[in-house]
Order: sequence, then structure tokens, then C-alpha cells
Amino acid sequence: MRANDAYISIQAVSKHFGPVRAVDDISIDIRSGEFFSLLGASGCGKTTLLRMIAGFESPTHGEIVIEGVPMSQVPPYRRPTNMVFQNYAIFPHLTVSKNLAYGLRYEKIDKAEMNTRVGEALEMVKLGGFGARRSHELSGGQRQRVALARALIKRPKVLLLDEPLGALDKKLRADMQLELRALQESVGITFIFVTHDQEEAMTLSDRIAVMSHGQVLQIASPKELYNRPVNVEVADFIGQMNFIDASVSRMSGERAELDTAGLGRISAPTGEASFFQEGDAIVVAIRPEKLTLSGDRNGGREGVQGVMRAATYLGDRSHYYVDLPGREEPLVVAGSDSGPMDHDPLERGSPVLVSWADDALVLLPRDEALASASREESSSNGT
Amino acid sequence: MTQTHDTLRGRLYAFFLRSEPVRGFALLSPTLLIMLAGMCVPFVILVAMSFWTQHVFEFDTTLSLTNYNEIVDKPMYRVLLTRSLAISGACTVATVLLAYPMAYYVAFHVHRHKMVWIVLMTLPFWSSYLLRVFAWKIILGYNGAINASFMGLGWLEKPLEFLLYSPTAVVITLTHAWAAFAILPIYVSLEKIDRSLLEAATDLGDGPVKRFIGVTLPLSLPGVIAASLLIFIPTVGDFVTPALVGGPDGAMIANLIQVQFARVNNWPMGAALSLAMMVIIAAISLLYIWTARRFTEYGR
Repeated sequence: MRANDAYISIQAVSKHFGPVRAVDDISIDIRSGEFFSLLGASGCGKTTLLRMIAGFESPTHGEIVIEGVPMSQVPPYRRPTNMVFQNYAIFPHLTVSKNLAYGLRYEKIDKAEMNTRVGEALEMVKLGGFGARRSHELSGGQRQRVALARALIKRPKVLLLDEPLGALDKKLRADMQLELRALQESVGITFIFVTHDQEEAMTLSDRIAVMSHGQVLQIASPKELYNRPVNVEVADFIGQMNFIDASVSRMSGERAELDTAGLGRISAPTGEASFFQEGDAIVVAIRPEKLTLSGDRNGGREGVQGVMRAATYLGDRSHYYVDLPGREEPLVVAGSDSGPMDHDPLERGSPVLVSWADDALVLLPRDEALASASREESSSNGT
Repeated sequence: MTQTHDTLRGRLYAFFLRSEPVRGFALLSPTLLIMLAGMCVPFVILVAMSFWTQHVFEFDTTLSLTNYNEIVDKPMYRVLLTRSLAISGACTVATVLLAYPMAYYVAFHVHRHKMVWIVLMTLPFWSSYLLRVFAWKIILGYNGAINASFMGLGWLEKPLEFLLYSPTAVVITLTHAWAAFAILPIYVSLEKIDRSLLEAATDLGDGPVKRFIGVTLPLSLPGVIAASLLIFIPTVGDFVTPALVGGPDGAMIANLIQVQFARVNNWPMGAALSLAMMVIIAAISLLYIWTARRFTEYGR
């Protein structure tokens, strides 16, 4: 991304609370109209970063620039951002309509236009007819919509959402995710969304920044994050992953020969991760669904011999746990229920053959020094 | 013990356990008895007595409106009643205005040892009420602390006379005496406000002042109402402070009531005055609550 494409530019921002570095030297460029998520476990600094964009916290170092304007001297009530709070923060002493109109009080519009805009905003979040109600007369999902409408009615350039779906039950959350995405596309406002739920981030976002301990581990699209994580931490956080210790025995062009604990000696494409050298200790990551399981009889197929330990039925798919020689933990293999497994159920203890496609293997650095090298590599590729 | 007796007892016990109101009254009963004996009975006597009349040393127990007619007709009673309400009103406003910033400070800007701050604010209560009134006498007096220091500094030719023995002195003394009663309810209502509501107001474009008017003040209004009533109601009937620092211009209705029961020895008149005061206070309080709630829409 070129620098002038950046709509919101977070430039080397840090926030220290005493000795704690809640946000540690983060730089992110966000495009206009993008649905951008900050994803991480609680305490990773994602909410602090969001609050700095909103202006509720000021950075210890660094600068946040929105549309070319540095924000450090701009108080939160003059920023072109609006926020949807985690607990919705709906004023209990006002009706839904007055909550929505709250932000319009100081705009120079007459009463009729204000009413029109409140009505439109209520319609937009499907709360027409709820204007006279109060916060305590609404359900969780309705409150969430009020909070959303109240923030959007100001027509902000950036909407900040602090885990807005966290308090909703699973079904309602899934519905709201779809609505939120549709809404974002229709209003065309830049959304910055904070969540600890990787599935939610994957569903909603154009791009995701995975954060840990105040730092950004990777910024990428959901697809890239899932298929090409840059280190073990990201790979572990997003979805389920098998990790296999390995060492590089030979590099040849774009491919590497690896000695693995469990899969034996294999050949894998290195792709961009060409900074590995012979003798490096690395980790091979494979998604469960990228592995294929077959009975031992299909002789001639490539793969590795294992022994079935257990299977769990998950409805839409099943997980099979396969013991491999030279490996403590079983390998997890996901199989669809309609696959060959159904006709040929594998019993515990029976021998199986695990195979994979060439591009299923993701090579990740094992030690920290390499991990940071890989991170730099990825971020320089990304920008 | 026989079988039937056992069942009867068992049944009573079961009834006691089952019935919520019965258990409630059982818990309340000691207090209820004291309330009944200590408040309701004297109140009934007071009401009855206010319709009697005094004949030198005896009560004339025929019911009449004589006392109430006199209260309405004689200007003295009206003047004292109005003055009492005015002094109490001024004192209530002053107390709330002074207490609010203190409560606000502790609620929003003190992050550790809040309890210590609260205790410190109630410190004046640790000394006797009379002692505090006398302390103000010394401060406000003709040769008191204020006059003496101002004259010593050369700011005054002769002592200010309006300081002591005036309605001002009563308002100052009462305000100081009742401050803690205002701080506590206001503090509690401020402390209860969800901080994210304030951030939401800021986010929606409110500067600090607009945010205070739009969110903080309306949400702390229950505390302000409670504080106002807690101060207004008892101060209207205060007679120690006006007697000690009020002088003739600062005398209040309670001083007159006290005189009726003591020197003048007209108990029915005193009873009628007490009741008249009670009714007026109740009316003003209800009107106040109603207006305050209408004004902010809160609690409707």
C-alpha cells in the first residue's frame, strides 16, 4: 500500500501504563472504506489502540493521522470518529430517539431534519417504532443496534467498534455479523473492529491485524492469515493447526528437504520463507482439513503410515486423531462425513495412511530470533 | 406433647415459612412497635391537640379551628413561616452547591482511598452540634475572628454587624452543619454513573461542560434530590441555630413553637403551628420532587 492510500495512519504508536507497555510501537495503515479488525487475546492492547484512535487515551509515543490530520491535539469530541462501546453505553435517562439525537444537538439542523435523520437511522438498524422506548425496555441485540445507530447518525469518517457483539448469544451474533457487514458496505464508512473472536474477525474483515503483548504479529486478509501465517503464534490463534518440529537438511531453489518428527523426511516448497538455512530448526504447520486419510490398503500412494487413536464426530465434519511414529501428540485430521470414511469406518488401532497436498505445508521459524526476522520479512512484503 | 399439638405447631411454622408478608412483619415487629408507640401515638395526640384551645392553665377540649384561624390571620406567624422556608431554602441551595463539587471530586478524581476522603468530609460531625454553632459565633461575632482580622489588616474601620445575629449567620451555620448529609447521597449517585456513558457523550461531540449538563447532572439528580430533602426538611424546623446565632431577625418558626410549649404555655397553638409547618414542608417537597423529575425526564 502506498503511503497516500492510507486513510488512517497509525505511526509508531506506543502506550505505556507505568512499566506496562500496553501498546508497543505499532504502525498500521488503514484504507478508506475498509473493514479492519484488531484481533487478539484479552490484554493484547487492541482496546487501548482503539481508544487512542477515539482519543480517550493519548499515545505515549507516536502519532495517529486521520485523513492527513494529526490527531494528537484533537480532543475526542472533535475527532471524525464515533464509537460503539462494548456495553453499548446507552443513556438510561433518555429515550431511544433522544439517544440517537444526542450527537445531532450541536449540528446546525432544524427539528424536522433531526427527526428525519433519527427516523432514518432507526429504520437502518431495523428499530422503527422503538423511538419512545428506554434502554431498560430493550433486549441485548436491540441495545446493540441503538448504539450502532447512535454512532452512525453522526456520519463519522471512521466507526470504532469495541467488541460490540461480545454480549450477544451465538445465534444473534451470527445474524448481527451479517447485518454489520452489509451495513458497512452500504454506508461505506471505514470500520475498525476490536474482537478476541478469530471466527468473527475472519467473517467480517477485509484485513486483520493479529496482536499479542502490545505488538502486531501480522496484518493480512483473512485468507492469507489462515493459509500463510507468519509464525507459530498466529497459526495457533487462527483456527486449528498441527505443528510438527522439523529441521532443514537441504535447500534447493524454492524447495527444502526437511527432517520431521513424525512425517519422516519430506520435501516442501519454501515460497517466500526463503530465509531458512540448512540446519535451521523450524516448525511445519498443517491444517487438519488439508490432510487426507485413507485405509492402509491403497498401496502406492504417497504419505505417512499412522495408527488411528480416536475419532470425534462434530456434525458437519469429523476429527480423527492419528498416532505417528516419533511423535507424542496425535495428528489431527479433519474429514467430511460424506467422504470415504463413512463407507469404510476406521477402527481404533487400525493402520491408516495420512497424505497431503504440496501447498498444505506452512514452514514457520521455531526460535524467537527467526520469528522476528520472519515478521519483518512479512511486513516489508505487505507494504 | 400430643400428636395434634405437634401438627398444629408444624402447620403454623409452615405457614410462617410460606408467607412472605408474615415473615416480613415478623422481622419488622420490634421497629413497628417502637414506631407505633413513639411516633404514631404522639402524632395523633398532636393532631387532636391542635384543634383544642388553651384557657390559662387548662385545655378546652372542644374541637375548633381557632388556632389555625389565628395562624392565617396574624402576620407574625406568616412572616416567621416564610422566613423559615427562605432560610432553609437558601441553606439547601448553598449546601448542595458546595457539596456537589466535593462529591464530584471524590467520585471522579480520587482513585485510591476514597473511604478516607469520605470520612474526612464527615469530620465536622465528630464534634457536638452545639460546639459547632458556638464555633461560628466566635468566627462571626462582633469581636470575632473575621472582624478582628479584617480590622487588623486595615480593611475595615469598624466591625461588620450583619455577620452575627442575622439570617446570614443562620444560613452559614446550618450549611456547614449539614454539608455531610449532602455530600454522601450526591457522591453515591455520581459514583454509580457508568464511566462509558461519559465517554459516549464525549464521543458524540460533547465538550466537558455540555457533557456535564447532558449526562452527569441528570444522572446524579436522584442524589441531588435526596440531598436537598435531607437538608431542607430538618433545617426548616431547626431552633438551636437561630436561637444562638440568629438574633431577632434570624428567628425561625421553630423558635416560636418552642416558646408556645414553654414560656407562653399554649400547647394547642404550638401543636397547630407544628402541623401547619409539617403540611407546608410536605407540599413543597412533593412539588420539588415532581418538578425535578419532570425537568430531566429521569425516573419517569
